[in-house]
Amino acid sequence: MQPLEMSAVDLVAALRQGDITAVECATVFLDRIEATNGSINAFLAVDREGALARAADIDARRKAGKPVGPLAGLPVALKDVLCTADMPTTCASKMLAGFRPPYDADVVARLRRADAVFVGKTNMDEFAMGGSNENSAFGPVRNPWDLSRAPGGSSGGSAACVAADMAPVAIGSDTGGSIRQPAGLCGITGLKPTYGRVSRRGLIAFASSLDQIGPMARSAADCALIMETIAGHDPGDSTSLAVDVPRYTDLIDKPLTGVRIGRVPEHFAAGLDPEVAKGVEEAFAVLMAAGATVHDVQLPHAKYGIPTYYLIAPCEASSNLARYDGAHYGHRAEPGKGHRAEAGGQRSAGQAGGFESPLVEMYCRSRAEGFGPEVKRRIMLGTYALSAGYYDAYYAKALRVRRLIRQDYLDAFQTVDLIGGPVSATPAFKLGEKTDDPLAMYLVDLYTVGTNLAGVGGISFPCGFTKSGLPIGFQLQAPPLAEPLLLQAADRFQRLTDWHRRRPQAMEGGKA
Amino acid sequence: MSTNTPYTTIIGLEVHVQLMTRTKLFCGCSTKFGGAPNTQVCPTCLGLPGSLPVMNRQAFDLALRAALALECTIAPFTKWDRKNYFYPDLPKGYQISQFDLPFSSDGFLEVVDPKGAFEPRRVGIVRVHLEEDAGKSMHDDAAGTGDTRIDLNRAGTPLCEIVTQPDLRSPQEARAWLNELKLLLVYLGVSDCNMQEGSLRVDANVNLHIPVPATAGAEARIAKTPIVEIKNMNSFRSVERALTYEAARQWEEWQATKAEMGKTPKQTRGWDDPAGITRAQRHKEESSDYRYFPEPDLVPVTVTAERIQSIRGGMGEPPVSLRKTLASQWQISAYDADVLVNQGRELVDYFEDLATRVGEGKVASNWMQQDVLRILNETNGTVSAFPVRPAGLADLIGRVKKGDFDTSRAREIFAEMVTSGRPVDDVVAGMGISAVSDDDVIALCRELLAANPKIVADVKSGKEQAAAGLIGQAKKKNANVNPGKVRAICLDLIREMG
Repeated sequence: MQPLEMSAVDLVAALRQGDITAVECATVFLDRIEATNGSINAFLAVDREGALARAADIDARRKAGKPVGPLAGLPVALKDVLCTADMPTTCASKMLAGFRPPYDADVVARLRRADAVFVGKTNMDEFAMGGSNENSAFGPVRNPWDLSRAPGGSSGGSAACVAADMAPVAIGSDTGGSIRQPAGLCGITGLKPTYGRVSRRGLIAFASSLDQIGPMARSAADCALIMETIAGHDPGDSTSLAVDVPRYTDLIDKPLTGVRIGRVPEHFAAGLDPEVAKGVEEAFAVLMAAGATVHDVQLPHAKYGIPTYYLIAPCEASSNLARYDGAHYGHRAEPGKGHRAEAGGQRSAGQAGGFESPLVEMYCRSRAEGFGPEVKRRIMLGTYALSAGYYDAYYAKALRVRRLIRQDYLDAFQTVDLIGGPVSATPAFKLGEKTDDPLAMYLVDLYTVGTNLAGVGGISFPCGFTKSGLPIGFQLQAPPLAEPLLLQAADRFQRLTDWHRRRPQAMEGGKA
Repeated sequence: MSTNTPYTTIIGLEVHVQLMTRTKLFCGCSTKFGGAPNTQVCPTCLGLPGSLPVMNRQAFDLALRAALALECTIAPFTKWDRKNYFYPDLPKGYQISQFDLPFSSDGFLEVVDPKGAFEPRRVGIVRVHLEEDAGKSMHDDAAGTGDTRIDLNRAGTPLCEIVTQPDLRSPQEARAWLNELKLLLVYLGVSDCNMQEGSLRVDANVNLHIPVPATAGAEARIAKTPIVEIKNMNSFRSVERALTYEAARQWEEWQATKAEMGKTPKQTRGWDDPAGITRAQRHKEESSDYRYFPEPDLVPVTVTAERIQSIRGGMGEPPVSLRKTLASQWQISAYDADVLVNQGRELVDYFEDLATRVGEGKVASNWMQQDVLRILNETNGTVSAFPVRPAGLADLIGRVKKGDFDTSRAREIFAEMVTSGRPVDDVVAGMGISAVSDDDVIALCRELLAANPKIVADVKSGKEQAAAGLIGQAKKKNANVNPGKVRAICLDLIREMG
């Protein structure tokens, strides 16, 4: 038995049948993490002790004939943006270094109840802001397919740990492509569900109206399995949808006969890497061979996706991140030299080294020290765009364009069932390649932000490799709540191809 | 008052009232006052990472009730907004409030002074909206270390913000209007309006309109002084005092500087109650930009006509119409109805029960005003805890009407009923009071007339009031006699004597 190479579906079955114990299974993956993480940096925290205790408890219950959850013994990695009561939750930020939330995120609680075994918390771009995982305060993640390259982001640690067999499943979050893009660049499968399908409670907010949690795994079938546990209404999240959760695993094994897939011609315009274009076209061919039909569709406002996204997301972020002020939790700057706090935190401007009060000094210095440059950039962008005199020109206009973008999708879904295309314009890029050019970095989200702005679902899965051996991702987008169809199409594709079974060789031997 | 001054005082109020919900606006924490600091908190009201708000429907219903009673238009669609600013008692760095689409707007509340101290005033309500409260900062000045302590028990408590038009014209009116607003909100069960516990807070905007006579080259006009917002007033009395002070201050300033509105930014001044003055404040919100935007963690609220109907149905009668109802139904004066209604719903219930039993509003009202209220005031008591219930008092009043004893004797009995909590008969027996038969009264009167020829002569000569001297003597001989009866019988007997 080779647990590292097994799908989550098979692992759960093997655990259920007693072919492997939860402790054995957890040990294999924890050992793999220990051997590999040094070169990948996918994990910010590994909970060996907790995972083994949990696994032992599951084994004991199973042995005693007591009930166990549907994922009993399955190792799962959690993006460090999800609150966990028993592990630190940092958002890969110095601001929250060592922070322990007093509660579990809703998805974490659901996975716990399903008896999943959490192996650790995965690296990410700080506060999920970034597309390369280079914005982590705790060092970048390396792409298992080429350690000199970025894994994508912001869920880069989650993508890389699955690609490198450190966990069969990881949970990510996707605000503008943060599940799909790293999944594409790391050769795994990632699902960004419809907004509201998975509760955001306990997901540390980046942009509340865009954030959505989803599974990252080796196959669509594995994603379907995880969705059955994490999806569902949560009365604690006002934006979560009160809609029943289908049995995704039962729904996916169906032929694609008659499924209409849209193809957006603009996706193939200049800027798309030729090897990626070729892989994507071949993917369309596979889907057609499976019975789907392909039709050109228009998303006329898609070209405004990036500017719209980079207004709405930073605006919400500037407010969401205001709470990290050093007053109640998280990083607080040490009082400066000659600092003397005065009653009420007030004193006249000109004192305290140019700060208007010791309180303001504490705020400014705590935030200056705690946040990284990209987070600061987005806070400033959002603060500016929401300011009096700019609100109408930026935020209000972005909201109007967002509605047009959503309408584009709904219109397109009148004539097609899915929209296919590339996830990213290029395969994994070199670490450092775009770090000096924020605008180029923002463009890595070109094909993915529309899904979030429209609030619909999308899936990314491997559809080939470049000559140099880097994965190429394919994306499908679907109408609201059409996750079963997304998973069905991706699963059908994966029954006809083996791209998703390929394994990186780069870090074999454990060292880069 | 404006009539006595060379200017008109223009006042608008901004009132925050805490809604009487059991739990906070966006989480399940208790809103109870007085808990140990930071014991009524959870991830949501602490603003911990990942926490989300969920609207308290009861709070929204209470706010709807207030807005409907203030004759506001209810928006069929309303949303939440974030008001962004940094302060240590605001753990999220923003307050969830309502900005451009408040749930209600454009209402009014009228205030009438029953003694006519000012003209009835209908005060327009610009808007009523719902928002969450911040926590409390306690600046530890005494310690000298400059520590500021934060208590977040109050953070997230539901507040209704009520903003009036600048329709009030004197500090007295402002105070009377606030009393009327408080009465209304307490009647509705929307808020307890307890200022000491912070469940009602008032800020006032005030300036002066000063007529400037025509001069050569300039027509007559009204000069307006810069608007000042007054904060830190912790009672309605302080509101009146602060406004009175501020109007006088602005008048002096006008005479000295002739400064008019619009040339300087709105000033905020704090009321210093012990000193009795307002002081300019360096304010945290000074020239701030709150960067309002729609709260993405909450969904918009739609309010259906059915919901409005159901809220209206459960509202009860507001004071303004209750005064009229009482006056017409029980034939009591507007002034008396006002006094009763202003004491609160429980006292009105007591009165209506009493009046029904007595079968006459006027008598019941007199007993309420002269006796029940007096004792409640003297003892600082509440109607609900008042030992004599309407049935007992009605019993006593019935005995007076029957002539068993006079009103002053009944008062003594009533006082004893209040102290002992015992019914009329017990008290009467205990005090050795018994009804005197008519024969006994006549016999007593004959005895008195015989003993007082001077009084008899005076009465005969037309000075009927001289008979009063007989009553005092009758009471001395038998404390239980009814003075009215003694007087009537004595006069009859004198007339019979020819």
